[in-house]
Amino acid sequence: MTVTAQGSVPAGVIAALLEKGYRVAREAAAEPSVRVNGKAWPAPPGAGAAVAAEVDAYVRGDAPVPAAAWKPWFPVIDYKRCTNCMQCLSFCLFDVYGVSGTGQIEVRNQTNCKTDCPACSRVCPEVAIMFPKYRHGPINGDAVSADDVRREAMKVDISALLGGDIYSLLRDRSEKAKSRFSKERDDERALKERQNCLVTMGKALGVPAEVLASLPSVEEIQAKAEAARQRAEEARKLAGQS
Amino acid sequence: MARQNPGILYCYCKFARIIPNEVKTGVLERLAGSDLDFDAVPDLCEMSARKDPRLAEVAPGSKVIACYPRAVQGLFHSAGHPLPAGVEILNMRAGTADEIVQSILPAGAAA
Repeated sequence: MTVTAQGSVPAGVIAALLEKGYRVAREAAAEPSVRVNGKAWPAPPGAGAAVAAEVDAYVRGDAPVPAAAWKPWFPVIDYKRCTNCMQCLSFCLFDVYGVSGTGQIEVRNQTNCKTDCPACSRVCPEVAIMFPKYRHGPINGDAVSADDVRREAMKVDISALLGGDIYSLLRDRSEKAKSRFSKERDDERALKERQNCLVTMGKALGVPAEVLASLPSVEEIQAKAEAARQRAEEARKLAGQS
Repeated sequence: MARQNPGILYCYCKFARIIPNEVKTGVLERLAGSDLDFDAVPDLCEMSARKDPRLAEVAPGSKVIACYPRAVQGLFHSAGHPLPAGVEILNMRAGTADEIVQSILPAGAAA
C-alpha cells in the first residue's frame, strides 16, 4: 500500500508509516498532509506516530494486526563475480539455491534461508554471495579486496576447513558413533562428539546455534548432497551447451 | 515513480539496524524538509524477495539511497529487474547524512 505524503510532512510521520510497512510517495505541495485513497490527514510538526496509527487503522479497518513480518534475510548473488561453480548449491542444506532453465545458479527459495546464517557466503570461492543485512564486509556487499579473495580461496576446500569432506566427516562420525555404541554404549560421549563437531563448524562458518540445532539427520544430509551434486552436474552440462 | 522519470528512492531498511540511525533519520529529515519528490520504501530486501514489480520503475538518472552498491544492484537483479545504467546508488552504511544529502539536493539547498 502506497501512502502519499504531500508538502512538508515531518520526517517522523514518514518514518512511522515506513515502520508500519507502508510505502510513502512524497509529493511537494502546499499544505502538509498524508493521503490514502482520497482521504487526507493533516500532518503538522510533532505528529508522527499518531498520524501513522490513524492511517493504519483506516487502511486495515477491522482486519487483525498482521503477525511479525519475516526478516528478509537471504543470499544475493553478485553475477559479476559468480563463476557458476555450484559450491553454494551443494553446500546449502535448506534448498535455498536452484538452477535456472539456462543452467545458471539462482536463489530460488529465499524464505528457506536461516536468519543470520551467512555460511554459504563463506564457502563461495569468488566472494560472490552477499547478505545485505550482514554486519561486516564483503559479505554485506562492501567492495571485495584482493585479501578477501585470497582468504576465500584458502577456505574454498571445505575438506581443508573441517579436516575432511563435510559429508564424509559426518558419515564417519556416524559410523564411529555406531561402533562406539556397540563397544561402549556411551550415548553421552557420542552426543558430546557431535556437539563438538557442530561447534567447530559453527565457529568456522558463522552458523548460528539454532541453525545447527535444526540440521537434518546424517542420512538426509547425504541424500540432499547427492541430489545437489546431480543438479549441479546437470546444470554444468546445460550451461556448457548454451 | 515512472520508469521514464528519474527520481529518488529511499530505503528505510526496516528489518535490521545496520544503517546508523543518525544517517537514516538524518537523510529522511533533510529529504522531508526539501521540496523534492521522493519514494520511501520500508525495505528493499523485502521488495526484492517478493520480486516487487515496482522495482522495475527506477529510471536511468535516478538516485537510490540504501546501502552498498554491489548489494543494491544484486537485489534488483535478484528481483528480475536489473537497475538500468545511470542510476546512482548512495550508501547510508558508509556515508554520513551530510555527504548523501549533498549528492541529492541542489547546490545551496543541502545546508
